[in-house]
Amino acid sequence: MSKQSPNVLSPRQMAFRRFVSHKAAVASCVIIGVLTLFVILAPLTARYGVNESVQAPPNSFLTPRAKSWLGTDDIGRDLYSRLIYGVRVSLLIGLASAIISVTLGALVGAIAGFRGGKFDDIMMRVTDLFLAFPFLVTLLVVRNVLGALPWLRPITGDMSSVRFIIVLFGLFGWMGVARIVRGQVLSLKEREFVEAARAVGASRRYIITRHLLPNSVGPIMVALTFSVVGAIIGESTLAFFGYGPQAGDGATSLGILVGAAKGAVQTGYWWLAVFPCLVLIIIALSINFIGDALRDATDPRLDRGV
Amino acid sequence: MFRYILRRVAWSIPTLLIVTFLVYLALRIGTDPVASYKRVNPRASRAKIAEYIDVNGLDPNFVQGYFKWLKNFVTGEWPRSIKGRREVWPALKDAMANTLRLGSAATIVGIFFGLIAGVLAALRPGGKRDVFINTSAFVGISIPPFISAIMFQLLFAVYWQRWFGESLFPTSGVYPAGHTGFDLFLMLKFMALPTLVVAIQIVATYSRYMRSSLLDVLNSDYMRTARSKGISERRVLIKHGMRNALIPVVTIAALDVGSIVGGLIITENIFSYPGMGLYFLKSFGEGDFPLLMPWMVVIVASVLFFNLIADVSYAWLDPRIRLE
Repeated sequence: MSKQSPNVLSPRQMAFRRFVSHKAAVASCVIIGVLTLFVILAPLTARYGVNESVQAPPNSFLTPRAKSWLGTDDIGRDLYSRLIYGVRVSLLIGLASAIISVTLGALVGAIAGFRGGKFDDIMMRVTDLFLAFPFLVTLLVVRNVLGALPWLRPITGDMSSVRFIIVLFGLFGWMGVARIVRGQVLSLKEREFVEAARAVGASRRYIITRHLLPNSVGPIMVALTFSVVGAIIGESTLAFFGYGPQAGDGATSLGILVGAAKGAVQTGYWWLAVFPCLVLIIIALSINFIGDALRDATDPRLDRGV
Repeated sequence: MFRYILRRVAWSIPTLLIVTFLVYLALRIGTDPVASYKRVNPRASRAKIAEYIDVNGLDPNFVQGYFKWLKNFVTGEWPRSIKGRREVWPALKDAMANTLRLGSAATIVGIFFGLIAGVLAALRPGGKRDVFINTSAFVGISIPPFISAIMFQLLFAVYWQRWFGESLFPTSGVYPAGHTGFDLFLMLKFMALPTLVVAIQIVATYSRYMRSSLLDVLNSDYMRTARSKGISERRVLIKHGMRNALIPVVTIAALDVGSIVGGLIITENIFSYPGMGLYFLKSFGEGDFPLLMPWMVVIVASVLFFNLIADVSYAWLDPRIRLE
């Protein structure tokens, strides 16, 4: 900051201050940070391997105790260690597919908003219709169609693989993002600086990539956080109904663990249901809080001159 | 107004055709109906398979096949399910009735409490009550329905039984096994948990909608004008505030049918409630094309119908909106 104007803040600094004033979001950042560290360092933080049996059958269901902090499952594997490995896969799915869908959505939204006309009409009609349908139905049908097209196989991999899930949610989540970015671009393109750029003869591509998209970073970041949550919850919903990634090679995901909870309820193995669900709730809630605070921080309409 | 509605209705027919064609395509590619027929009926004769292909419009040519399917669908000659050769309509009708019951119970309960919570939050923005309602709504939205369903089952059924000898609420079906006839009390008891699961989502969503909508209205000029005229605060709030705040909420409600049905599908499956959701997941899992297509038509039609309702109600409730 320059000396003579200590009270003048750049928009980015103002956004940062607003974000920090949202206490729940700061706490959420800490939680997600710690969680991420935990899962990156999985070989150190997990006490046992993913598929390592801690307790041999027949009495493989251990309640939480010193030997196994969060109890063990049907073949005696340590739930705490499996949760760490599972969250690792789930966070990867969430991030990777969110990046795909946000890139796709931002491009489509920016082009639709900037060009307007027929392309815009059709795009928005399609997204409206898609979003109006029950989420799970569309997801399952699209999943099967993607899996059945042989020429997609090199990209998507096997239907039960993690890569397939990432591509699925990447292709699935762009519509919501496209709508948000489109709205932003629609309001931006009437602003003076865009007009000025056009007046000096800037190309469409230049205006979109240099003016419109950088000025939409706020909404795009918000969309990114919500896409991450969407993909993580979506994956666990799919897995819950038996359509998720399969536990090959000892890998697991939050969805697989939550799916196992279904069977644990009636028999009363509460820890198998409670802990995975709790972790999922904490992750979803934290990322949602971060997204909410980001929206508040970057929305200029909410500017109260902090 | 009337012409507008007429035009919208006329438009929804080609939309319905296009969307059902897309659904037909997706199901043909995604579930491979002929293969699943052979899988379920491994000893079906060649003639049977040919007949199955014929009545379902599963020709190699997708467009021809679609029109064949459409003709049979419209004339009421619905093919039977691939498993057990059941008639489709009775099964679909029962599923619709059950889902309608659960869905409307949850929607009414959910919207009622959601609106109240939203109003309470908006009356004193930033206050303790507002923070509490807002945070709970946020938590409610973040918890996916299948998680709350599992937790309720664990608490009210399994562990309640361990602690108190009898479970508080049953966890599956509409009636206990072997029950016949109608029993309102039993039915409500069986519906309680699934209704609660769906309603939580609705309450959380609508309290947020209502809060932001009412806040917008409360800050508008006409509210100040109304107050300055000396109208009582109560009257200002109800006649000027609520009426205007409800306009966007009603529209969103009509557009939200898809997500409510989505929540129902998940909830029904967990509670083995024999509605549209269970119907869908079962027939989708088996690739039962004759069962799936009519289900899809019902869903597509209701989504389009409620979209129409949303547009019309928006225009009707808010005289400022001009059609054309």
